[in-house]
Amino acid sequence: MGFSVSDKISDHLSGQNLACIRGDRPVFSNLAFDLPPGRALILLGANGSGKSSLMKIIAGLLPATSGEISIQGQNILGDKDWISQNICYLAHKNGMKPELTVAENLTFWARLERHDGDIREQAVKIGIDHCLDLPVSYLSSGQARRAALTRILCHPGNIWLLDEPTVGLDSDGVALLSGLMNDHLTRGGRILAATHIELGLEADKSSVLNMADFAYQMPDIFEESLL
Amino acid sequence: MISLILTIIARDLRLSLRRGSTTIMVMGFFVMVVIMFPFAIGPEQNILQRMSVGVIWVAALLSCLLSLDSIFQSDYEDGSLDQFILSPVPLELVVLAKCIAHWITTSLPLIIITPILGILMNLPEQGYFPLILTMVLGTPALSFIGGIGASLTVTLRRGGVLLSLLILPLYIPVLIFGVLAVKATIGGYPATEHLMLLISFSLFSAAITPWAAAAAIRSGLE
Repeated sequence: MGFSVSDKISDHLSGQNLACIRGDRPVFSNLAFDLPPGRALILLGANGSGKSSLMKIIAGLLPATSGEISIQGQNILGDKDWISQNICYLAHKNGMKPELTVAENLTFWARLERHDGDIREQAVKIGIDHCLDLPVSYLSSGQARRAALTRILCHPGNIWLLDEPTVGLDSDGVALLSGLMNDHLTRGGRILAATHIELGLEADKSSVLNMADFAYQMPDIFEESLL
Repeated sequence: MISLILTIIARDLRLSLRRGSTTIMVMGFFVMVVIMFPFAIGPEQNILQRMSVGVIWVAALLSCLLSLDSIFQSDYEDGSLDQFILSPVPLELVVLAKCIAHWITTSLPLIIITPILGILMNLPEQGYFPLILTMVLGTPALSFIGGIGASLTVTLRRGGVLLSLLILPLYIPVLIFGVLAVKATIGGYPATEHLMLLISFSLFSAAITPWAAAAAIRSGLE
């Protein structure tokens, strides 16, 4: 494919100068990242360093205090139409109704997100197909997480935002997930994941964003006035 | 768009069916509140008859209030609300669908058992049809106005009491015209204006709520 250099650069999802203040507390500032297609960005950082906040900002659930996120020269911060088509967000919470079966939950989200992939086929990939007809309340937390991951697999979005995707998963589950994430990257998808464990992604496809580098620093003016 | 609204309504109805208890408890509460009045006031038929319409309407308002905080609460707690915001469906439509589902699971059962309570309160014969008609026309406003309150208190841990304080005063106009319409009909006067006002409350709140509640949810999640 004959992409020119500039085409490739504009195809990156990149954030510049992002800052987030929650309540009165500055979470991070001056954050920048760059995510080309087919690459994963792993967010590392202590609890409270703003990993989830960054994901929520990208997903349009939180407003950024400053900065912009752009792709192909277009600012996508808060662009609901673009976000709903391209971003697939797995939060801490699974977004599954305990009273409904796994299949009912997944079918509901599939209808809302307007895609008609085969749910069972995706469920097999993450090893939850035998629970499709069980209410989510019967599942263990690891099984519920797998069910939530099935929704990600069904979602047509190219950008996966995964907030602690491995919570509750056993070692088999983590292995299945890392295989699926590698597949997604090979297809040209992008992944932004916050995690504390090794996800087993191919080394040349993933890079690390250390949130500690962007911890809020007081502007010089304030430091001077304090002295 | 319509099919998406129907999908959300169907999901909420199915949820309510699986939970089972909420609708039945709300109906039970409605019956209990009305039953309290003959005990408290005594079995004098004239007094009961004069109070019947008002008591049934007040009991319906209170019962409706009971289940309001459930409109968005569980979706907030299990993360579904975030996914609704991310989905291609406008949050306004989600709010509209959820308020309609609330009306079907709460107000509709109340309307269905109202005739039994009418007997209990010695409601005059010619009052049954107008009472049910006013409830059908007026209760949608309860669910829609309540939706605004539920969206404002969704991120609060114990929002139920605050919700009641916020919402009950807004129910007063519906109560006044609901009762007036029935009393006018029983007294042999036309009640068209009252009924039209009730319809206008319902339509107005249906038009305002999606925007107000969606905005409240978005700012609440920040």
